[in-house]
Amino acid sequence: MTAYLLKRLIIAALTLVLASMVVFAIMEVLPGDPARLMLGLNASADQVELLRNQMGLNAPLVLRYLHWAGGLLRLDFGRSYTYSVPVIDLVRERVAVSLPLALIALALSTIIAIPVGVFSASRQGRAGDTLAMGAAQLGVAVPNFWFALILIYLFAVWLHLVPAGGFPGWNAGIWPALKSLILPAVALALPQAAILGRVARSALIEVLNEDYIRTARAKGLPYRAVLWRHGLRNAMIPVLTILGLQFAFLLAGTIIIENVFYLPGLGRLIFQAITQRDLIVVESIVMLLVAAVILINLLVDFSYAIVDPRLRGRQ
Amino acid sequence: MSLLEIENLSLVIGATPILKGVELTVSPGEVVGLVGESGSGKSMTALTIMQLLPHLARAEGRVTFDGIDILRATEDQMCALRGDDIGMVFQEPMTALNPVKTIGEQVAEGIRWHTKAGRAEGEDRARKILDRVGLPEAKFPLSRYPHELSGGQRQRVVIAIACALKPKLLIADEPTTALDVVLQAQILDLLRDLVRENRMGLLLISHDLAVVTEMADRLTILRNGEVTDAGETARTLSEQQHPYTRELALASMHLPARPKPHLAGSAKPLLEVEGVVRDYPGQRMSLFRPAQPIRAVDDVSLTIEPAQSVALVGRSGCGKSTLARMILALDKPTAGTIRFRGEAITGKAEAELKPARRDMQVVFQDPYGSFDPRQKVEKLVAEPLHLLLKQPTQAERREMVAHALDEVGLGPRDMDKYPHEFSGGQRQRLSIARAIITRPKLVVADEPVSALDVSIRAQILDLFAELNQKLGIAYLFITHDLTVARAMADEVLVMHEGKIVERGRTADMLDHPRSEPARALVAAVPDLHRAIARKMQEQG
Repeated sequence: MTAYLLKRLIIAALTLVLASMVVFAIMEVLPGDPARLMLGLNASADQVELLRNQMGLNAPLVLRYLHWAGGLLRLDFGRSYTYSVPVIDLVRERVAVSLPLALIALALSTIIAIPVGVFSASRQGRAGDTLAMGAAQLGVAVPNFWFALILIYLFAVWLHLVPAGGFPGWNAGIWPALKSLILPAVALALPQAAILGRVARSALIEVLNEDYIRTARAKGLPYRAVLWRHGLRNAMIPVLTILGLQFAFLLAGTIIIENVFYLPGLGRLIFQAITQRDLIVVESIVMLLVAAVILINLLVDFSYAIVDPRLRGRQ
Repeated sequence: MSLLEIENLSLVIGATPILKGVELTVSPGEVVGLVGESGSGKSMTALTIMQLLPHLARAEGRVTFDGIDILRATEDQMCALRGDDIGMVFQEPMTALNPVKTIGEQVAEGIRWHTKAGRAEGEDRARKILDRVGLPEAKFPLSRYPHELSGGQRQRVVIAIACALKPKLLIADEPTTALDVVLQAQILDLLRDLVRENRMGLLLISHDLAVVTEMADRLTILRNGEVTDAGETARTLSEQQHPYTRELALASMHLPARPKPHLAGSAKPLLEVEGVVRDYPGQRMSLFRPAQPIRAVDDVSLTIEPAQSVALVGRSGCGKSTLARMILALDKPTAGTIRFRGEAITGKAEAELKPARRDMQVVFQDPYGSFDPRQKVEKLVAEPLHLLLKQPTQAERREMVAHALDEVGLGPRDMDKYPHEFSGGQRQRLSIARAIITRPKLVVADEPVSALDVSIRAQILDLFAELNQKLGIAYLFITHDLTVARAMADEVLVMHEGKIVERGRTADMLDHPRSEPARALVAAVPDLHRAIARKMQEQG
């Protein structure tokens, strides 16, 4: 077990270092000079050169990489060119929106998908299964922003249960903040749930044809007990894989939904930073997301080992 | 009174009749054998008793177990019976256990479900029954997972699950078919003891007449869903009143005719294996110590002469398939050399191996898994032709495929069919056709008949013998089944823990084995003649 975990950990660390080099290199070759951008079009060449020296942009490449990477390790991402505040402060504000949103959406998607998958798999080919999988097909096909608009119309405009958009901040209290995240979370969760439900169903159907399911039935366990006790855990590996991918997507890929609901999340920050050529912010957020994805993958790998003893190796 | 009574049982799945008027009884403490070839309805009979039939199956007639009308019982009643009064053991021990649960959990689960026992008591009883089936806790703690056990050990766990609550009836569906003969003998002994201890009824399902004869008091022979013969084992098999019974018995003991047996030392060796070793990387126990390699094949030397038929026998895991892979140049030896027609094939590049591959072909065990289901027979059988120096034209190719099919007893019209249109035996003929199309000098056959029914097995053995006589092909049969060795081989090599421990002429070696592993193998082989003789004495 320890050997397996250690191996995964080392791989994750190496991936992170490699990714940081790639991100750094890409930002290096992109056109555009941050110093000129900050000083505006009327600045003289001397002024630009002075600022470049101040910002350390003239130092050798390797030194600049080490300086930047060292800063990352201390969570010092540098200062934003456009806002002139530490990048970490900008990011911290946005993560406070994006992370809870992603977690709620993920939880919702799992809570919907697993029971639907189990329901469908245990009624394979019958009316209930056809209906559930038809709904899932629809869930995959419908764009989530369109679905978000319908949710706003129903629950905000018509029923006045939740605000139509905006985020009051966590200082306004937990409930108001949560309330403004519910609709975006649902809009994000449903398509994900549709995909996850289909994966859970097919994984479970495959497992239910295995010999050990028949062994469990021959013990006298009712079908339902066999399904939950012996079926589900064996079907978890593909479900966990998809779950990991979805979490990574939900962290940063939510820009459309953030725009629909006027949420100050990571997606909008990175979009703004790109349009303003605020390279240091882009760089930082990309690195942060890379780190998050690697961490999620590591967690998924660990959960594989929890689910399946064969991956742990001999103790 | 009988424990289990099946009267006039008919079963239909969809529109296909599976069972027609089956009659069968099992009394307490009695072993009843249910014999038949694949598709005869043996397993479906078992699943009917368990009420674990597929969705579209409809059963009619009467199945009474201990006074309960099974066909009319509710699912709740059946759940109460299954695992408590009726236990079942399945064919494939490698997949019959849940890979993510410990053996303790899996054995205790049924006990706790039926007796409402707590965790501690359930585990206690699981410990006892695992000890009883030969898995003592000191060596096999409850916390073991199935993948940490061998096939025979897993089958013991499955038997423990089935017998944990001392069932009145145990149904064993081909319980030893996937095991080697030594393990088979051990598992059969265990089942026999459990029957005696608990006065349990045992319904033993098998395609192997010898196994059933050794075990059963009475037997029922099933063909195409109908009972063709039934009665006391000794009388049924000694009188062989029904022609199908005779057919089965003859096929089980079939020895193909080889009028010109090979004479050793008559020619230059075709294949020479010298001091071959194969190590696999072992499991690393610590981060700081290198892993100990596992030696699968240990300093093996052997020779095969042209047209000679050699059987390499041994228990599962003894290294015989690894050796075969190296001979076929599908795997590289760690040390040693393999020469084919005097030329070394070890350490050669793939391109240089072409001539050797052309003259050395292979037949695998599973006639279902070794064909691409989406390709036609013509293409499948013609596959090795790319090894020829001069590529045949389309017409020549068809001609060669037709000729190969003819040699294995199939017609030229079969060329345009897909593999699923053939039965298991026909598919094995196809794989033999594929193996001989390049006119090889040596065919390596890895358990070529162990997935086949006895009557088809006899035909395939005849075919092998005929091709050997007609085309002078040398064979290396890899098998754990000594009856195949006796039927086909001029010489037998016994392999044990990576080493060749004995080599000799077939009859000598099988009748007078000298080494311990060879003796164990020979003693474990179920022999129909011996079994009938013993039953005759027992049953008068």
